[in-house]
Amino acid sequence: MEPPDDKTVRFQINGRSHEGTRGESLLAAIRRHGYEVPSLCYHEAVSPYGACRLCLVEVKRGRRQKLTTSCNYPLQEGIEVFLDTDRVVRHRRTILQLLLAMAPEAEELRSLAAEYGVEDTPFVTDEEHADNACILCGLCNRVCNEVVGAHAIAFAGRGLHKRMESPYDDVAEACIGCGACVFVCPTSCIGIEETEQMRRILKWHRDLPMQKCAACGRPFAPTFQIMHFADKIGVERSHFDRCPDCR
Amino acid sequence: MAKRLQSTKELLSLQEKIGASRDPEQKVVSVCAGTGCCAYGAKKLAEAFASSIEGHGLEGEVALRLTGCHGFCERGPLVVIHPEGTFYQRVQLDDVDEIIEKSVQAGEVIERLLYADAGGKTYEHEKDVPFYKNQQRILLANNGLIDPTRIEDYLAIGGYRALAKVLDEMEPEEVCAAVKASGLRGRGGGGFPAGVKWESCRAAHSPDGVRYVICNADEGDPGAFMDRSLMEGNPHLVIEGMIIGAYAIGMPGKPKGYVYIRNEYPLAVERLGIALEQAREMGLLGEKILGSELDFDIRINKGGGAFVCGESTALMASIEGEVGEPRAKHIHTVESGLHDLPTNLNNVETWANVPLIIDRGVDWFTSIGTGDVSDNPWGGSKGTKIFALVGKVNNTGLVEVPMGATLRHIIYEIGGGIIGGKKFKAVQTGGPSGGCIPEEKLDLEVDFDRLTEVGSMMGSGGMIVMDESTCMVDIAGYFLHFLADESCGKCVTCREGLKQLCIIIDRIREGKGREGDLTLLQDLGETIAEASLCALGQTAPNPLRSTLKYFREEYEEHIRNKKCRAGVCKALIRYSIDAEKCTGCLICARKCPQECISGEKKKPHVIDQDKCIKCGVCMDVCKYDAVCVE
Ligand SMILES: Cc1cc2nc3c(=O)[nH]c(=O)nc-3n(C[C@H](O)[C@H](O)[C@H](O)COP(=O)(O)O)c2cc1C
Ligand code: SF4
Ligand code: SF4
Ligand code: SF4
Ligand code: SF4
Ligand code: SF4
Ligand code: FES
Repeated sequence: MEPPDDKTVRFQINGRSHEGTRGESLLAAIRRHGYEVPSLCYHEAVSPYGACRLCLVEVKRGRRQKLTTSCNYPLQEGIEVFLDTDRVVRHRRTILQLLLAMAPEAEELRSLAAEYGVEDTPFVTDEEHADNACILCGLCNRVCNEVVGAHAIAFAGRGLHKRMESPYDDVAEACIGCGACVFVCPTSCIGIEETEQMRRILKWHRDLPMQKCAACGRPFAPTFQIMHFADKIGVERSHFDRCPDCR
Repeated sequence: MAKRLQSTKELLSLQEKIGASRDPEQKVVSVCAGTGCCAYGAKKLAEAFASSIEGHGLEGEVALRLTGCHGFCERGPLVVIHPEGTFYQRVQLDDVDEIIEKSVQAGEVIERLLYADAGGKTYEHEKDVPFYKNQQRILLANNGLIDPTRIEDYLAIGGYRALAKVLDEMEPEEVCAAVKASGLRGRGGGGFPAGVKWESCRAAHSPDGVRYVICNADEGDPGAFMDRSLMEGNPHLVIEGMIIGAYAIGMPGKPKGYVYIRNEYPLAVERLGIALEQAREMGLLGEKILGSELDFDIRINKGGGAFVCGESTALMASIEGEVGEPRAKHIHTVESGLHDLPTNLNNVETWANVPLIIDRGVDWFTSIGTGDVSDNPWGGSKGTKIFALVGKVNNTGLVEVPMGATLRHIIYEIGGGIIGGKKFKAVQTGGPSGGCIPEEKLDLEVDFDRLTEVGSMMGSGGMIVMDESTCMVDIAGYFLHFLADESCGKCVTCREGLKQLCIIIDRIREGKGREGDLTLLQDLGETIAEASLCALGQTAPNPLRSTLKYFREEYEEHIRNKKCRAGVCKALIRYSIDAEKCTGCLICARKCPQECISGEKKKPHVIDQDKCIKCGVCMDVCKYDAVCVE
């Protein structure tokens, strides 16, 4: 293999020629060219993981054509990509049915399923999932690690017992309450509550007092979060005494 | 032990010296000390032999040797008397003095301790026992002859000669080419041509020239134990293979070695550790091996035992100290594996073949097995394969046969047929995610491609024989549950898909199957197979899909007629007592855990169906065949 470089490669989507960067996520390249492929565990800001299996496409390379997830497929010269083939759609519908059995109430999932004509699932919904819509996509954890840098939560357990948790399912001490995980969660199952005094990230059992603006008195962010960022970018903590409006 | 060898010449002359000092007429009592025989008390037995030899004043005259597994564990503890080769099985402490006096001193054969087949015929020599006679043992050949804790024993049978040949006569590229030409395919399950993998790893870019050479000794299939036996019985064979691989793949450069071995194999870890230490002392590992440019050492990495950790990318993550979870292999591990460096992973048995191929030649190796690999390493399956034969056959154990041996040969000639003369129903090959192969395919010539064609696989080399008392729906459910429990849980299709397959198959087992369930199983099985991330998910539906294909009527009977023809699925069966046959012996009533059998002495008994939990105890204990199940 040649050492990695940033060379442009040519490839095809549904028979049409396109360009992209060698090694980039195939899913990102497909979307940039205006095509749609569903996904629940991918976000361009973090590394791909390959858990939800929804981003399936067929890729032909040389003589072999195979089914693969596109989020974690590194773009290569000369590949031919086929979206929404019969095979892809058939499996995607089954996968949506499996996901619906995990999180029957999740809005984003329901509407995605509806696009594929899946209104219902033939599979049994576990009681375990009744009040836990987490589909174990891992996005919250990757955003927290790779973007926020807080490393507050992680997968625990294996196989059927896999869960996304704060350490020991107790208070996530490292959580700064930024809410990034809440924002990316595809099933809205993390939960955030905010009052004058407190921001709560429910799933991680984290309660954080809010910082009041030294000028206008409005609470604007959790104190812990402000300190985290101040230390991270290396400015005086006092710089963040005031809210962005009063600064 | 001996000093560090400085050259291949020194190695060869040492070999000669050891060879010359061995007397072929030496009396040896060889006791199998594999895990199986040790479980039957082989250690105590060996101690008893030691003191008996001493007690009879025979030290010096009669040697005692503890060997690795002979593969016929079921008959353990096994003892062989050399040079005659008299083979004793199920030897007990009480037999020791008699063996020394009669067999060793007087040269008599103790009939009672010989192996007798189902027909009562006895066999004196190991090589004549049908279980062994019908095998072709090249990898396991020396397991019973050498003491795995003594490197001299391995040297005496020509060990490390292949390494000397490689260092003296072959360029690394030539070694890769030879392995490729031999058609050796990965014994860890996938059957990928080893030579092709070696060449890719060799060609991959590595900034500092570091390349990892790893041995996969995770052996996660609970029924398989050939890798364990090789490591316990002949560890230097595996080590020699890895050193040759390191030279071929990593030179010039800095090859580094690992053996990833499961923690539950303490004896194999111990034996391997001893062997590595001996190899280091003799200069077969470490810097400037046998005076050459090759610097290479092997470290043991103990794995936690999850089945999925045997998968290549999960294994590497685990060595790195990460969670043992597979990742997508769009970039191959030969290019970016352990620590993102080129990594060549092969299975224990794959490595063990390497010294034999180099020593005896490519032509010898390609003469064994199927197909033609002369211009395509995928063109056939060459060499032998070791299977762990278990289940309803008369002889169980490790079986090494040439690729292409038929299932019938393995099950009937070597396995001695089905226990109790019952009817064969299916054989499952390849471990938990293998397929079940029906009777009409008994003449299948077993190799990588033929097994895949019938919906099964070579996998771990597990081979489970089932008879008519096995319910195919139940067995598929059993494997699905195993795999659902072993899924790492990363991807939806595998984690949730297998869970749902279990739910559906369980309701069929409980007599609550619905019309449409078979289609649901079929479709979901296909999605799991095609859309899962790693080979665990991709192969997990095999037991289901193969039984749906070959034994569909059993599924239909469970759903439509609420009937389990094998009498296994508890919800669908009923035990009753045949009043004609019952003698009123009271035994079943005494043994029934529910105390739900009643009747007077010498009068027919009856079962209270409301209380019966269908444990089957009554049927097992009745001597008059009076209990029936339907
Ligand atoms: C779930 C799973 C478990 C595996 N377990 C083992 C194992 O225990 N031992 C092994 O050698 N290969 C195992 N493999 C296969 C390895 O991924 C890999 O293909 C093999 O070690 C490569 O060596 P080979 O080419 O010599 O067979 C497993 C694969 C999967 C998907
Ligand atoms: S809210 Fe807490 S857990 Fe969520 S991303 Fe921010 S720091 Fe991480
Ligand atoms: S909490 Fe949400 S983002 Fe995190 S793993 Fe579960 S579904 Fe994904
Ligand atoms: S297929 Fe199963 S074992 Fe493999 S990565 Fe997916 S969940 Fe894990
Ligand atoms: S099957 Fe078990 S519980 Fe039922 S009658 Fe027989 S022994 Fe008793
Ligand atoms: S064991 Fe058999 S013969 Fe004896 S009482 Fe029970 S059914 Fe009758
Ligand atoms: S987006 Fe690719 S697997 Fe989830």
